[in-house]
Amino acid sequence: MSAQFLYGGAGILLFALGLWSLLVHEALLRKLIAINIAGGGVFHVFIAIAYRGDTAPPDPVPHALVLTGIVVAVSATALVLALHRRLEQAEEPAADAEVLSESASASSAAPPPRTPAERTPGTPHPETPHG
Amino acid sequence: MKRDLALLLGILLALLAALLLWALHATLALEPGPRLAELASARLEQTGVSNPVTAVLLNYRAYDTLLELAVLLAALLGIWSLGPAPAGYQRSGPALAALVDWIVPLAILAGGYMLWVGGHAPGGAFQAGALLGAAGVILRLSGEPSAGLPGEPAQRWLVVLGAGVFALVGGGLLASGFGFLTYPPGQAKWLILLIESAATVAIGVTLTAAYVGGRPGSGTAHNGTGQSRTVQR
Amino acid sequence: MADLLILPVLVPLLGGLLATALPVRSALVGTLAALATSLSGLSITLLVWLHGDLGTVLGGWGVPLGIGLSADGLSAALLAMASLVALAISIYAGSYFAGSAQARHFWPLWLLLWSALNGVFLAADLFNLYVMLELLGLSAAALGALTGKREAIAANLRYLLVGLLGSLTYLLGVALLYTAYGTLDIGLLGERLGPTPIAATALALMVSGLALKTALFPLHFWLPPAHANAPAPVSAALSALVVKASFYLILRLWTELFAPITDIGAATLLGLLGAGAVLWGSWRALRAQRLKLLAAYSTVAQIGYLFLFFPLLASLPPGTARDDLFAACVLMALTHGFAKAGFFLAAGLVQQKAGHDRISELGGVAQRMPATTFSIALAGSALVGLPPSGSFIGKWVLMRGAFETGQWWWLPVTVLGTLLAAAYVFRVLSRAFGLEPTPLQFVTNARTEIPALLLAFASVALLGLAAGPVWAVLGFGAAPA
Repeated sequence: MSAQFLYGGAGILLFALGLWSLLVHEALLRKLIAINIAGGGVFHVFIAIAYRGDTAPPDPVPHALVLTGIVVAVSATALVLALHRRLEQAEEPAADAEVLSESASASSAAPPPRTPAERTPGTPHPETPHG
Repeated sequence: MKRDLALLLGILLALLAALLLWALHATLALEPGPRLAELASARLEQTGVSNPVTAVLLNYRAYDTLLELAVLLAALLGIWSLGPAPAGYQRSGPALAALVDWIVPLAILAGGYMLWVGGHAPGGAFQAGALLGAAGVILRLSGEPSAGLPGEPAQRWLVVLGAGVFALVGGGLLASGFGFLTYPPGQAKWLILLIESAATVAIGVTLTAAYVGGRPGSGTAHNGTGQSRTVQR
Repeated sequence: MADLLILPVLVPLLGGLLATALPVRSALVGTLAALATSLSGLSITLLVWLHGDLGTVLGGWGVPLGIGLSADGLSAALLAMASLVALAISIYAGSYFAGSAQARHFWPLWLLLWSALNGVFLAADLFNLYVMLELLGLSAAALGALTGKREAIAANLRYLLVGLLGSLTYLLGVALLYTAYGTLDIGLLGERLGPTPIAATALALMVSGLALKTALFPLHFWLPPAHANAPAPVSAALSALVVKASFYLILRLWTELFAPITDIGAATLLGLLGAGAVLWGSWRALRAQRLKLLAAYSTVAQIGYLFLFFPLLASLPPGTARDDLFAACVLMALTHGFAKAGFFLAAGLVQQKAGHDRISELGGVAQRMPATTFSIALAGSALVGLPPSGSFIGKWVLMRGAFETGQWWWLPVTVLGTLLAAAYVFRVLSRAFGLEPTPLQFVTNARTEIPALLLAFASVALLGLAAGPVWAVLGFGAAPA
């Protein structure tokens, strides 16, 4: 019981710590690490609740849930990193466009896409003129 | 100001943590109710595997695992949509190359072992796929721009292999009257092995492709200066 | 028959896999899969309507070992809305992305998103819902960033992180529930759950995680930039469907699973946040300079209305009055789904034609695109809540409920929100009657204009004049006259 609470409690502390770091830090990589720490905390809690005493085998269901959760976390982390790298590329050539946000609703037209790698669907369609 | 905000958030979150700790303590102190553990081990023999975690992942809660493969695929599709892969790394020197020649086959071999052992001991498709993915990462780091992956058409088929076989087995069982992912008696073991083998390959390829970090087929030319941050357009 | 419940998840999943493997044929595969998915979703709705609730447990193990799927009236109503709206978005997208390299990225992710959406509506297992929500969030963020523009990527990066935080908070609540009650099945949990502090903690964790994902004020900060910067079909899907998934879950958990512990106090808190959303969202929509940003802030406000129903539901005993309120809440969610999708699709056409979506400069374009402008007007009238739209009935039942329960303070919120909505919709429409010279020719493109028009039309006519079926699917008596 006490060891179980220690392990699960550590998970809760990790969750709170990750949450704090996520809210306080600006840098995206720190935010990403913070959210992974918070996620690790939640997985910790699942591992702790699988414990059923020294004699009984652990509950396999929380273990399987954690495995699923880890794969989800890996996937999300990969996507965040890829988006982040894309953002850095976009910022390299003297970024001047303002992020469209609450405060910038008056911002002017979006600049043309910086990466002409792909045709954006902004091109007009064949139109049928009417009289 | 910024520091004050951080401090305030810290105090609030400490209170939240205290509340959650209390809730966890109270929960653990409860008489453990009818957990799933007894039930899961009581019916373990009918699942076709003897490792209870594998039984949960691929039999009792196989639907979750199927969707988890879809999550992995969605992440890769998102990465691919962002543009071509960045250039690879500088070719490794002879000592590292010799090491890689050893490590990569070993990792693949170990992956195969993990896949097989998952039926009765810790292991399984995800662990095996992670080893394959690690082999791919090592290849890419050692200067192989494609990380050992085939061209784009084959790669696309490989990354959908896991979820595809899984969903087709499920749908096939549904069509033949057993119910979605309800394995007929006696065939669970082989169907699970089939699904896990396909999933291992798909996970390994997906993880490697995610590490390569962009659409295959273009932009992976060498450049001698090591990692480049610009994409060839 | 209950075996068929898996099809609305399985069909788009298989379609998405095939569209991934065959990038050159992705538009064809995607369109066919969209048709099949829509059909499967509508047949489930029909089955629930005709035969009542459906339920099955996958894997043949029964609960609690296996994962259950279930469809009741609430699931069926949202499934039907999602099927129709997503089909219209698919048809529109086929033309919108035609000839663009983005098509091959759009279709697989879109089908995976649809699969997760149907999965949320049909799931009966708390952990399965977590996986579904993650699939939904990941594919939505990836789709939102498809334009590759810097602001779209920044907004969706934030959206992704916020979504992850929301799911993790939800998951921690699930962990507490599993420890205390030993099952993940919603039905079984409902039998075992009592008014304990542990259940209350789990409720707080799960609802706050989901409120973050559904952009309930003041947790809405991520939504406007993410929805306004996505490609038009994706904006429509995000605003009309994706936020509805987490709202649906809050509604279900609040009124079913956690019914023993959700009292009027907690519900009033949700109502107050909803009121904040109505006023703040409508005000920001009125001030927005861009058409798509206006639509995104309008989503924040419309989500707010849905939460105004919670304190009224909490203070009414089970009976016809409460059923009417519940159905009106669902009706407003459905109407917003149709109207906002239609609005965003039409706004996308305006943006394509004009090359921008600055409201003050749209006059000439609005006049040259009569069908699109008409769609915006129809959808806008449903957003305002003009008769005969579905949201008129919804707001009417809401205000009647506020009177009957003595909670009069929700009335000025509703009235003020409606006035603000009228102002922001007419601000857009007034551009169509500006002093620009009458255009010499009109622009029409049936494949993109008809889906937008039909969606807008459905929000006004289908759900307004024929709201009875919503009551019938939910298993209640006749709609209020």
